[in-house]
Amino acid sequence: MTAMRRAILVDRIATGILWGIGIFVVAILLAIIGHFLLAAIGTLSPSFLFGEPSDTEVGGIGPLIWNSVYILVLTLLITVPLGTLGGIYMAEYAGEGRITNIIRFSQELISSVPSIVVGMFGLALFVNLTHWSFTALGGALALAVFNLPLMSRLAEQAIRAVPEDERAASLALGSTKWQTIVHVVLPIAIPGLVTGVILTAGRIFGEAAALLFTAGVSTPTHYEFGNLNLTDPRSPWSPFHTATTLSVYIWKLNSDALGSFVQQVANASAAVLILMVLIFNLGARGLGRLLQRRVTGA
Amino acid sequence: MASPPVAVNLHQPLTLSGRLDLPRRFTLAAAAIVVIIVGLLLAFIGWNGTQVFTDTGQSISAILGPTWAPTDGVFGILPFILGTLGVMVVAALIAGPLAIGLAVFMAEVAPPWATSITRPSMEIFVGIPSVVYGFLGATVLVPFLRINFGALGFTVGKSWFAGSLVLALMILPTIASIAYDALLTIPADLRSASLALGTTRWQTIRHILLPAAKAGLLTAVILGMMRAAGEALAVQMVIGNRPVIPTSLTAPMTTLTAQITLDMGNTVSGEPWNQALWTMGLVLLIMSFTFVVLARRLGRGRRAS
Repeated sequence: MTAMRRAILVDRIATGILWGIGIFVVAILLAIIGHFLLAAIGTLSPSFLFGEPSDTEVGGIGPLIWNSVYILVLTLLITVPLGTLGGIYMAEYAGEGRITNIIRFSQELISSVPSIVVGMFGLALFVNLTHWSFTALGGALALAVFNLPLMSRLAEQAIRAVPEDERAASLALGSTKWQTIVHVVLPIAIPGLVTGVILTAGRIFGEAAALLFTAGVSTPTHYEFGNLNLTDPRSPWSPFHTATTLSVYIWKLNSDALGSFVQQVANASAAVLILMVLIFNLGARGLGRLLQRRVTGA
Repeated sequence: MASPPVAVNLHQPLTLSGRLDLPRRFTLAAAAIVVIIVGLLLAFIGWNGTQVFTDTGQSISAILGPTWAPTDGVFGILPFILGTLGVMVVAALIAGPLAIGLAVFMAEVAPPWATSITRPSMEIFVGIPSVVYGFLGATVLVPFLRINFGALGFTVGKSWFAGSLVLALMILPTIASIAYDALLTIPADLRSASLALGTTRWQTIRHILLPAAKAGLLTAVILGMMRAAGEALAVQMVIGNRPVIPTSLTAPMTTLTAQITLDMGNTVSGEPWNQALWTMGLVLLIMSFTFVVLARRLGRGRRAS
């Protein structure tokens, strides 16, 4: 009887500890978010979000947000089409064979490479070999290196989740396999794909180490958005302009010096990054659900 | 007399154009890009990472030596390798038990309403950029350690322990979500069978579920350690960047990633100092590939059993 009572007591204690861990971790997350939002109050304003950075006072982070978004879009332009095509192969064509194994192993290897090493790779390939120097395009290509396997796997999962009946029905109507994939399978897979794309977009947005040696570290000078010459490195629209992103900027601020106004800027920038992660997460859920209803409910 | 059904393989192309199957080749080409990238990575990092031996003529034992004095031409990278391993192991020791506890909580204990809070929290946790963790460490944790625990040896605050704690925070959600998936794959029968014998929930967790998920949990910790070893900026911001062989948790030290972050921009391509940084990158690449192979081995063992 005492052994049983002891077991029940131990069970109660263990349950308490497990609850404690759960509450502790959620509390830490809330504390981190709360810390930065509180620290950003008073700094976070439209003029901060869209204004120009300053070396002498609390300036803005407009050009840095621009660079982050620009590199994000450029990266997705590369990885979404390629990743989707790769995902189609892995889900629809690939069998159990040597080629499939090699592709899968390669995907895992790339996902494991530290982002600073991807940055070095980008430095060798997209900065030095091409003689582009530090560019948004070089940064986007470096990010594409480790985003591509992720995107490919997301597309594969979204396509695999499409019920087999849909394919059989299409093939029975006499469509070819490719017609079936393009007109039946992909439309059904799109909600899952969109959710995945947005979630990885959040990760690309916050990445910094791979961009240090590829997109560059510098406080951008005044951006002339009227300059639409895509080959002019001074144009913010050009893929060949040096592009310090918001994440890289936080790192730069911290390593330069931590004066009080600099810390204020860094805190508010971190709050913006966290808010972006929250928006990307909620957006991914919301949009995925919306598209799901469109596709299945029509 | 019904004729036997003819088996038609829908995946077998029937026409000439089908046999050529351009879409198949086209998508295969896209899928195979990752293989080319791995090749390029190995070629570029491998070539640059061995220049310090082939071009400058340093010996392997000199490069693996304990002293880093680049201005004197001494490029021992042992402090960085030990630093990376040290910071990684301590981070895993802190985050591992917490993360597995959290995974067990989410999989076995939490009622649905609690899971609906912890799961999205994990996703947001994973999504927070590492610079944000690093900045938090540099502006909150480091001063806290210096002011409150200076007597324990945290004279500057930036330390091995600070680095490990920041990393532990970062890899906690990674380990927890993979461990959670591993626990979910355990067949429900095991649970019911154990509980039917009159065991408490904790006894079931302790003696049935954790052993059953062992390979999966180990994989989760290994992937977390991999992330910790490769993290650069967050660590660099809190670790103190002192190129010494780490001996004390409270003292500044440095890692492979931190040193590359700091020195890459200040050195010129082709000089031995720069070449040594590439060698450090190569070491990181080899380490991460080793982790992948380890995780694969474990995964295979799990599937076989």
